[in-house]
Amino acid sequence: MYRYDEYDQQIVDERVRQYRDQVRRRLSGELTEQEFLPLRLQNGLYMQIHGYMLRIAVPYGLISAQQMRMFAHIARKYDRGYGHFTTRQNIQFNWLKLQDTPDILADLASVQMHGIQTSGNCVRNITSDEFAGVAQDEVVDPRPYAEILRQWSTFHPEFAYLPRKFKIAISGGKEDRAAIYAHDIGLAAIKNAQGEVGFRVVVGGGLGRTPIIGSEICEFVPWQHILTYVESILRIYNQYGRRDNKYKARIKILVKALGIDEFKRQVEADWADLKDGPGTLTGEEVDRVASFFTDPVYETLPDHDSKLNEFKADSRSFSNWLSRNVKPHRVPGYAIVVLSLKKPGNAPGDATAEQMDFVADLADRYSFSELRITHKQNLVLADVRQKDLISLWQEASAQELTTPNIGMLTDIISCPGAEFCTLANARSIPLAKLIAERFENLDYLYDIGEITLNISGCVNACGQHHIGNIGITGVEKKDHDEWYQVSIGGAEGNDSSISKIIGPSFTFHQVPEVIERLIHVYLRERFEDESFISTVRRIGHAPFKEHVYATDFVAQEDEAAGKHVVLPAQYEVPYYSPRF
Amino acid sequence: MDMIIKNKAIVADDWTVLRLQEQETPENVIVAAGKVIVSLQVWQAQRAALQDRKEIGVWLASDERPEELKGDIEKFSVIAVDFPKFSDGRGYSIAFNLRARLGYSGELRAIGDVLRDQLFYLQRVGFDAFAPRPDRKIEDVIKGLSDFSEVYQTSFDQKLPLFRRVQRKANEAASGQ
Repeated sequence: MYRYDEYDQQIVDERVRQYRDQVRRRLSGELTEQEFLPLRLQNGLYMQIHGYMLRIAVPYGLISAQQMRMFAHIARKYDRGYGHFTTRQNIQFNWLKLQDTPDILADLASVQMHGIQTSGNCVRNITSDEFAGVAQDEVVDPRPYAEILRQWSTFHPEFAYLPRKFKIAISGGKEDRAAIYAHDIGLAAIKNAQGEVGFRVVVGGGLGRTPIIGSEICEFVPWQHILTYVESILRIYNQYGRRDNKYKARIKILVKALGIDEFKRQVEADWADLKDGPGTLTGEEVDRVASFFTDPVYETLPDHDSKLNEFKADSRSFSNWLSRNVKPHRVPGYAIVVLSLKKPGNAPGDATAEQMDFVADLADRYSFSELRITHKQNLVLADVRQKDLISLWQEASAQELTTPNIGMLTDIISCPGAEFCTLANARSIPLAKLIAERFENLDYLYDIGEITLNISGCVNACGQHHIGNIGITGVEKKDHDEWYQVSIGGAEGNDSSISKIIGPSFTFHQVPEVIERLIHVYLRERFEDESFISTVRRIGHAPFKEHVYATDFVAQEDEAAGKHVVLPAQYEVPYYSPRF
Repeated sequence: MDMIIKNKAIVADDWTVLRLQEQETPENVIVAAGKVIVSLQVWQAQRAALQDRKEIGVWLASDERPEELKGDIEKFSVIAVDFPKFSDGRGYSIAFNLRARLGYSGELRAIGDVLRDQLFYLQRVGFDAFAPRPDRKIEDVIKGLSDFSEVYQTSFDQKLPLFRRVQRKANEAASGQ
């Protein structure tokens, strides 16, 4: 993976120094909270319910064992022993003190990490395919370009105060595993007929209040021009994106207002001036950065280990795990292992300090000391020898990281929700737990098959509910009442679509039953081997809607008694919490 | 006399920024003698009278286009860009376009909600003068110019990206492969 040279290190170290002084000025009252706000946000620091939340960038999801151990250290020393991996391949710590944050960023800088631009109205962490470099369907390895874009966007002077946040995702496989259609800019690394590398550029996608699938602005931008092309997109957006209404400020609204053709015309008029200029990427630089992403020293191994088959026959748990959580690798004898952070009963995406240290050890022993964070909130060991799978599975099982549910209904994507986030209308994590527990039975889970379920606590859609086959959104918080909208028909990847709401919203305790009823319709209507999303697309919403609302829901005791859930519920609130 | 930051130093400044008061219009406002920075609208309304002045400046609001000054660029001793709020980033692109596209080479001044932590970015896109918000100590504000000693990407101040300026290290472990 990429390693900092003295320039990268200097920039990050100077950032820590700058931030330390900003915190000093804030604590001394020299900076008002309003003035400090964009400064802390551009370092990933939010003020949340329990205190300050720090979002740390994991650039394009790639992380070393050493860096993972630093997360464990931060969790123990400054937080409450755990962290939350997010849908943007970042990690969040929820219980921090402002005065500790400069030290935390200094600790991170010591392992080549930072929180730069993980929030604020700037270019955010670049996300990518979690299987980059090892996927069988890979056309172009997106990692060197993701790193080049990371450097280009870091402290870009012109684009630090955009109308709104700006998210770029880049994929390089035949199948899009980076949800590029749901980003402000989506880049698909491809090859043209001559075998030259370039990018299909998609712009104006996004979720939130106005979910829109991105539009193609250019079918092929040669790799040399990708930085200047992206620069021109951002310059047009910076000048003409709406600033009068934050809900209409994302680039998708501008693209929609102008139309993709006019937007493209403006971008390319600006770009004409930059094309072939000094900002043009050089082959030397691509080669230099790519040298950090060359293959590790793979052994020559047979592709099917006989021991594996024997063990598979003996252990159904192992066999389930192998078929659900282990993915094919492009090198014979190797496998990609997804470690599930979705054990029913646990918060999706949460990992304890012990688990972090443990996966770092696993990475050291089994996967060339590297890990990936997925946008589905799981962890990946990308280069595991197939002959190590049994011992890896045994060890990881002891740490509850082998729930065989990747891609299944209980592999729920969830934002932190109202217990942690000031934006959320409703809790997400407890709902995810409730649903996961209801569908814990593996036979039932496997009968349902491939399906995605996404939960967001509000319209801002951090749980990406619009692109879940089933999406759940917290919609209201009146007197601490929580209501949830349920939608179906969303999908990410090559065949992306935005889900549609099925009807009036539900209470917290009704939602698992709603999911159950949706599943009943699917199981009743599906053709053989047809996935949930295919059935929805074939038969439409009506049969689902009809069945879900046909019968009353049995009221839970506390709901019948009119008792409200008080938020935040089960946590002791520290003295420094800005909300209380 | 007000102090501003110009060419990385704190200097006295004798320019006045003319902002319209109530009941004043671009047509009727009286532009005093001496060094005055008028708004784009005043410039456009009173161009005939103002263009013969020896020294005149103009300022752009964040929603105005620098191309409006095309052809007049040489007439100004100073062009200012107003930041109504520091979080309104349009002024950065205005400055970049003024410098890189319109070829303006005179003084380019940031006015309005100009604060220490924006200075580093402002100087990169082409500003060389800064009139900080009056409630700030200018001795503190100027420190913002030197927050970073290296940058990755091109902008007006730095025509070459880092990868074209210096020899950066490749992965030594990979060189043998």
